[in-house]
Amino acid sequence: MLTIAVASGKGGTGKTTVTANLAVWLASQNVDVAALDCDVEEPNLHLFLRPVWTKTTPENVPVPEVDEERCLGEECRKCVDLCRFKSLIMMAGSVMVFPELCHGCGLCTLACPARAIREGAREIGVVRTGATAGADSARIPVVGGEMRIGEAMAPPLILAVKRTAPASAVRLIDCPPGTSCPVIASLGGADLAVLVTEPTPFGLHDLELAVGVLRKMDIPFGVVINRDGMGDDRTHRYLEREGIPLLGTLPHSAEAAHCYSEGRLHVDALPGFREAYASIWENIRTLAAREVSR
Amino acid sequence: MKIAITSQGNSLDSSIDPRFGRAAGFVIVDTETGETSFADNAQNLSLPQGAGIQAAQNVAATGAKAVITGHVGPKAFLALEKGRIDIYLGAQGTVAQALEAFKAGQLDKADSADKEGHW
Repeated sequence: MLTIAVASGKGGTGKTTVTANLAVWLASQNVDVAALDCDVEEPNLHLFLRPVWTKTTPENVPVPEVDEERCLGEECRKCVDLCRFKSLIMMAGSVMVFPELCHGCGLCTLACPARAIREGAREIGVVRTGATAGADSARIPVVGGEMRIGEAMAPPLILAVKRTAPASAVRLIDCPPGTSCPVIASLGGADLAVLVTEPTPFGLHDLELAVGVLRKMDIPFGVVINRDGMGDDRTHRYLEREGIPLLGTLPHSAEAAHCYSEGRLHVDALPGFREAYASIWENIRTLAAREVSR
Repeated sequence: MKIAITSQGNSLDSSIDPRFGRAAGFVIVDTETGETSFADNAQNLSLPQGAGIQAAQNVAATGAKAVITGHVGPKAFLALEKGRIDIYLGAQGTVAQALEAFKAGQLDKADSADKEGHW
């Protein structure tokens, strides 16, 4: 399985566009591909792939429940002092748990000498699985997560999406924007990343942050410049200077924007885009082959 | 009774810190003896989460039975309530001025949080 994460430092650069179009283009070439929406805070891949969801599973994280009878109270404080997420405090001699702050690591349960803590469950969201409604041969399995409103902790749900997705020759992961924990969770285990950027100063700034993350994680990557022709040539110059492979460009056009706004796919609706994705895929394969032999 | 006043500095002349969880520290005033001391809250300033409840725990450890501050969020409110620590909101100016306003009955005693939690 070749796992390709589609990421970007900045939101709104075209991650979902690239993921959805590449998935559909690959399926049209009879490549066994699955698409994962790991932007569980604002999932939108389904707007373009329009899967029929067949299964929805709640995802829980463990949260501590303290048995006051057994708790040793003020003298012990082990759970309170060890919690790196600061989700427990000692107040008026008893432990108070703040479940929204808990990351479910389970350390407090392990650390309690009186076995006063047991693990309860808190639902953080759901994982959905389904497939696109195309002809049988071109059906693309789609998996996505949706966080419960008010929930702050995306990584466990992202990992659940990746765990739930079926095995396929190519796995495309639509990552959340930014460079924080949810992005790291989405990128983890990827063979390769495709960074989508737009050629603007904002795009370049956030691209540089994303490049820093991928280098730190030691994941090979290349860049797709979306809306090429707008902005300036600083992004092109940056890629040359840094020796970062340019996997392809997608043109800045009113038709493309219009098509996107209607939730239609560029590879279906616009001339030239199929060739662009064919070329992007060829460059991804070349990069993957080079990295495997590294 | 000891009162904890959120402060940007360590004396009665310091400015009030309107935040509770991420206050620089607490000036602790003993209303019977007039003695003051300072409880540093710096370790909470850079916490990614949970600053409010950690501050509540710190205040409880000083033995204070009331807090004077600008605002309080829902988790800190719950924690202080559990510790039977009263909360007075809307303090402004210096720590000394806030203390005077409290003594004159000009501060509102909170019966709920006046700020939303960050999540």
